[in-house]
Amino acid sequence: MTTTLERVAVPVLALLASALLFGLLLALYAKVDPLEAFALMYQGAFGSWFSWQNTLTRAAPLILTALCTALPARLGLVIIGNEGALVAGGVAAAAAGVAVSGAPSLVVQIMMALAAMIIGGLWIALAGGLRQWRGVNETISSLLLTYIAIALMNHFVEGPLRDPSSLNKPSTHPIGDTNMIGTISGTDVHWGLVFGIVACVAIYVFQRFTTWGFAMEVIGGNPKTARMMGLNVDRYVLLACGAGGAAAGLAGMIEVAAVHGRANASLAVGYGYSGILVSFLARHHPIAIVPVAILLGGIGASGGLLQRRLDLPDAAVVVLQGIIFVAILASETLYGRLWKPKAVA
Amino acid sequence: MFNEFTIGRRALLGGAAGTAAFGLAATANAQKPMVVGFIYVGPRDDYGYNQAHAEAAAILKKMPGVKIVEEEKVPETVAVEKSMESMINLDGATLIFPTSFGYFDPHMLKMAAKFPKVQFRHCGGLWTEGKHPVNTGSYFGYIDEAQYLSGIVAGSTTKSGKLGFVAAKPIPQVLRNINAFTLGAQSVNPKITTQAIFTGDWALPVKEAEATNSMVAQGVDVVTCHVDSPKVVIETAERAGIFTCGYHCNQAKLAPKGYLTGAEWNWERIYVDMVEAMKKGQAPGNFVRGGLKEGYVRSSAYGPAVSAAAREKTDAAKAAILSGSLSIYKGALKDNKGNTVIPAGASYVITEPKLEGMNYLVEGVIGATS
Repeated sequence: MTTTLERVAVPVLALLASALLFGLLLALYAKVDPLEAFALMYQGAFGSWFSWQNTLTRAAPLILTALCTALPARLGLVIIGNEGALVAGGVAAAAAGVAVSGAPSLVVQIMMALAAMIIGGLWIALAGGLRQWRGVNETISSLLLTYIAIALMNHFVEGPLRDPSSLNKPSTHPIGDTNMIGTISGTDVHWGLVFGIVACVAIYVFQRFTTWGFAMEVIGGNPKTARMMGLNVDRYVLLACGAGGAAAGLAGMIEVAAVHGRANASLAVGYGYSGILVSFLARHHPIAIVPVAILLGGIGASGGLLQRRLDLPDAAVVVLQGIIFVAILASETLYGRLWKPKAVA
Repeated sequence: MFNEFTIGRRALLGGAAGTAAFGLAATANAQKPMVVGFIYVGPRDDYGYNQAHAEAAAILKKMPGVKIVEEEKVPETVAVEKSMESMINLDGATLIFPTSFGYFDPHMLKMAAKFPKVQFRHCGGLWTEGKHPVNTGSYFGYIDEAQYLSGIVAGSTTKSGKLGFVAAKPIPQVLRNINAFTLGAQSVNPKITTQAIFTGDWALPVKEAEATNSMVAQGVDVVTCHVDSPKVVIETAERAGIFTCGYHCNQAKLAPKGYLTGAEWNWERIYVDMVEAMKKGQAPGNFVRGGLKEGYVRSSAYGPAVSAAAREKTDAAKAAILSGSLSIYKGALKDNKGNTVIPAGASYVITEPKLEGMNYLVEGVIGATS
């Protein structure tokens, strides 16, 4: 049995081990004082109000994209098409926003969010459907769907949706300043952070306290049993994939409506891929996603300072992320072994 | 694509340079040094766009009383806003060069409004007086002039009469380069064609190699490119035994046999001028543009395969461009669909605004913009 203590102790141990290994790499390969590096990382990520805002801004899209992996994972699926759903959602949001840009800004924003969530949801539901009805591996299909989404985005922003005045960086028409969703008052952090946290809490409540949530857990435990019990597995898979895709699509809408003001190739900068990492590190638990996303946001925020002060390459923080990922995966084997009951002779 | 996961080899290389940069700042000046921030969209050692900027930044490091802070691989999103803000808040930067095209709007403009006392200068030529804040500006080079010279060298060297151009996206900047390169080659022999292949994005090494190989198979014997890092194209072509013209910075090292010449940026001219202006208490220029004459672009030194006749022809064209007697874009010029794009008798100077919206490929280019 996995105890609550284990659920906290194992990841913390894995993080400590990662930090130790990263420190060794810094000292031996990069010839940098690891303590200085860690102090700088703390300063860059959490050392001041500015650093906190930097961290939270970077964490915001990761929370939503992580849900794209976490929700289907509850049913035993491994979906990694987060980036594609984000991109598809972002383009859909921009198209919707431009189409109704004359309407009151709240209407425009709701239309954008709906368009993004529907398209993002359908995008991942397609991977779920292919798996249930055609036996296609959902990990591969969702990854390949990402390439299709990025190619379609390029087609639309360079073709039918292009703003002719965007000469050297093809983009859609802008949605207009009044239709942008602003920052949380008193901060630089946009509302995407709040959307993400609300979504995580809502999904936790759904999984924990509804029969549908329970049915999903049953399916994740054993789909054959679930089917024998009369659960419509196909429907739940499509629902979970659709909801996950909708979350990533919403992340795309927020990129358009809070950051860029239009859709262009800057949608595909890897938030989707980082979201996979966040979901796995959080062991697909919706509440755990929030602190993990903040941790990774903090690592990203501190990367700049490491480059500037210690002249480390950008890859330094990518190495740290990689080490953490491997350490967390490896630590899975520790569950149930940390406090072994003494063998009775 | 999997940037977030790949553990780059450069992670292990960064250490040595670090201590050097630190020692300098400490000894340079008793006064507080002026801090200048550079932001690159890709790796600093890409043999391409980013390296061209980083090499110029390295020259600034030698100036007394100047401290350079750099960040690489910063995407064109909110991350670059935070990088700028962090350079201002934590390092005290007073002049920032965000060097990638997509950093301008909305990211740099947002930061410029937030920090009116900090100067921002963006690479790309987007600044418009009256529309954009006075603490921002842009600089760019007319590198198609150097591409025209590369075209003359390529046209003089090719035996098959077929040139190749691996390009990222059919945007005006890229089309100007393809057209100027082709027009240069056609000034040697009007029958020369250029096969253009668009890969679709700025850094797609696999597609770039495939495009180069397919050109070799078609009988192309000189290839050049406009992608962020020409490394793959140049190395692939060298292995296939054909000639290359470089782009962004000097790639002669990658192709000791086949490298003919290349169109290079010379950003140090602009950066040194701007930093010196700041040190005198003046604001750096808001709209700085120039070509060969101003020294903002240049050609790589000729490679061993360039004949004496080709050198002579190219040097003559360069002198004519410098004196203003040669115009690259002049009528009658047709695109590759047969439409007249510059009427007979018309001749555009390199600064002509119409050229900024170029959306065609000239006659002799095989390929389509969409």
